[in-house]
Amino acid sequence: MTATTLPSPGPIDRSCRSPLFALFGGAAGWLALSSAFGLAAAMTFHNPALLAGCSVLTFGRAYPAWAHLFIYGFGVPTALGAGLWLLARLGRIKAMNPALITVGAKLWHVGVLVGLLGIVTGDSSGFEWLELPRYAAVILFLAFMLMTVWLFMTFSWRAEPRLYPSQWFVLAAVFWFIWIFSTAVFLLQMHPVRGVVQAAVAWWFAGNLLNVWLPLAGLAVTFYVLPKLSGKPLHSYYLALFIFVTVALFGSWTGMPVQAPLPAWMGIFSSTAAALMVVPALALGILVVKTSGGGDQPPCFGGVLCFAKFGAFMLILATLLAAVAACPVMARVTEFTWFTEGQVLLRLYGFFAMTLFAAVYHILPRISGREISPRRVRAHFWLAMPGSLLLALPLLAGGVRQGLRLADAAVPFQETARAAVLWVRISTLGETLIALGALVYLANVGWLILSHYRALLKREMTDALAWQPVEVKS
Amino acid sequence: MKSGSLVFLTAFVALAFSWTGFVLVPQLQLGRLEAAKTVPAGDAYPVARSGQARQGAEVYRSLGCVYCHSRQIGQQGTTVEVTLTSVGTNAANVLSAIQKAAPHLAATASLASVPQVLGQVADTALADDAVTAIAEAGGEATVAILPDGPDIRRRWGRRRSVAQDYLYDPVVQPGIRRFGPDLTDAGATRASAEWQLLHLYAPKTVVPDSTMPGYPFLFVERKIGKTPAPDALPLSGTFAPPDGHEVVPTEEAQALVAYLLSLRADAPLYESPVTPPPAPATNGVAVATK
Ligand code: HEC
Repeated sequence: MTATTLPSPGPIDRSCRSPLFALFGGAAGWLALSSAFGLAAAMTFHNPALLAGCSVLTFGRAYPAWAHLFIYGFGVPTALGAGLWLLARLGRIKAMNPALITVGAKLWHVGVLVGLLGIVTGDSSGFEWLELPRYAAVILFLAFMLMTVWLFMTFSWRAEPRLYPSQWFVLAAVFWFIWIFSTAVFLLQMHPVRGVVQAAVAWWFAGNLLNVWLPLAGLAVTFYVLPKLSGKPLHSYYLALFIFVTVALFGSWTGMPVQAPLPAWMGIFSSTAAALMVVPALALGILVVKTSGGGDQPPCFGGVLCFAKFGAFMLILATLLAAVAACPVMARVTEFTWFTEGQVLLRLYGFFAMTLFAAVYHILPRISGREISPRRVRAHFWLAMPGSLLLALPLLAGGVRQGLRLADAAVPFQETARAAVLWVRISTLGETLIALGALVYLANVGWLILSHYRALLKREMTDALAWQPVEVKS
Repeated sequence: MKSGSLVFLTAFVALAFSWTGFVLVPQLQLGRLEAAKTVPAGDAYPVARSGQARQGAEVYRSLGCVYCHSRQIGQQGTTVEVTLTSVGTNAANVLSAIQKAAPHLAATASLASVPQVLGQVADTALADDAVTAIAEAGGEATVAILPDGPDIRRRWGRRRSVAQDYLYDPVVQPGIRRFGPDLTDAGATRASAEWQLLHLYAPKTVVPDSTMPGYPFLFVERKIGKTPAPDALPLSGTFAPPDGHEVVPTEEAQALVAYLLSLRADAPLYESPVTPPPAPATNGVAVATK
């Protein structure tokens, strides 16, 4: 992003404007709110009595509210918006039917709100990463289909027949979401399967969401933004293809805990798959370094490129950690502990959110013709980047301490909890930075969208005023 | 990849594989699971919960207890335990037989009272040798194979959890976090409804260094009527309500406690056996099916 005034957006960018404003704007609000719930949940580990009187903010509701708002409030709509823009740009075609996509986006946000109200009033489904109650799930599914029909249309009517890697990732991510979400909602909430099959379905969903959908949706952005901003072509299409296929093949088998009350082969498959995920992670490392590294690059001071690069490296780190934690010897220590939490948070905040921020900061100025001051982008980076590390890394350390004690039956339970609590409290500091970052993000995005509409309103008004005398004359 | 259909094909094949493996196969394998029989008693297991406990399961789900509590027991190996059930007529004879067959057991055996757990041996062959030697000396002994592992040593459960344990749960929540203890057998280890109610109201009343959040909104504080309510919580000190007031559990709290008390998974199954130690566990089995 340069400091000069931006050229006024072309027809493709303009066609994406209203759906992307709706998707990104609402999502930025949900992100800030999700951080608030995250902080409320974290308070439990500082003073459990503090929020005990409040049924809405009790840990078992604030925590799923945080997760719901992060994934469905922030993650899905932001990724979908970025995906739409990528498909339009790379396909050299205007977004199809943006008005209906905008309606879908608004309906989606209504669904998120309904889900949130359900969760905090005790209507949560009880399945992790899918806590939203049935009625909210139906709204979200309809909204998603409404949006993706036009997304697919935009793709299939494209003017540029050749495909760029980002397009594969967007398409597969959308396809993945439809399949896993509908399966999980149907088999867990509409027509529940019995007994442990529920647990299997829920873990299958969570594994696919965190280890396939997240990487697919995020890497679509990475592979576009990295080459664009570092001014070099993507190092290798074949490596990108390799990452695509291996993430889809291995990631889809992750999710079953090693010690689950399920047939033993399922846990073994999942830990093998988690170990194999190291392969795409290393390939990603090569691709990122070869594409955006090198001596002629300016150092990273917190611009859009830094978001994308940091994000990619955190995905690699989180994948390596997940592979280590899945090996059965380690799993005996880390399963059931804060370690898992730390790994997942690194993936969510370190990789996914940072990558999506890069997408939004890259796209918004292009579709609106307005700039976000680089200072504000940097401010966000320097809150979100250390925040995500300070959130996740202490939990990893605390988790190992907790796990070593849990594995030794001679250590009383309370001591296992005490071993981690200091680290959990440190991580609240990271959560605070992230929350502040989310506010800066909301301000950046909100300010841009608002000033766009303000200018629009002004123009309409002057147009209207300029028009009347003409009518009088004729 | 040159065409969009190839992308979809790749995604479809990958996802269809995992869907078949982790959704369809478990459904075919376990979806029609029937109640099992306990071994050796032959009772049906599990038995459906009472209406109140079922309601309590909903409260448990709605309050998100699963974000701190798991409900699944893992097992790592077994231990073999030899128990002397009778010394016969000649105690000295039995003692020397034990000393010969399994010296490290005898060291702790005073033989004053039976049945008596002699101790653990490395494998079943050694245990059988000891039992035979004891029988030849006129005594009697039994061998129990007990599941082992940190979860079991913590008394969170007697054996590993199996599919049957969750058969009648409306929402299956094995949980993946242990910020609080596992609750698989909480109904057995914390069998007092009063303890459970106090613990829910304010955990520190019963566990002074507890880090669990309380759930005071599941209770009502009200003026004492003509006579104190029979189910008012026995609170004292800093937790006591103002004079003339009492704290009584709501229906939700009662239901949740009924559910917590129903949490027991100690029925010995063929798949996951528990050879019960002599006296107390047999009625544990009977209770478990309630
Ligand atoms: C923030 C985490 C957290 C949440 C949420 C939580 N607990 Fe706990 N729970 C703990 C901790 C820590 C302990 C151990 C200390 C104690 O006994 O109070 C515990 C202990 C228990 C015990 C005693 C177990 C034993 O074997 O000693 C029971 C029963 C229990 N919790 C039930 C519940 C129920 C029911 C809920 C939901 C309404 C719940 N807990 C929610 C953290 C939590």
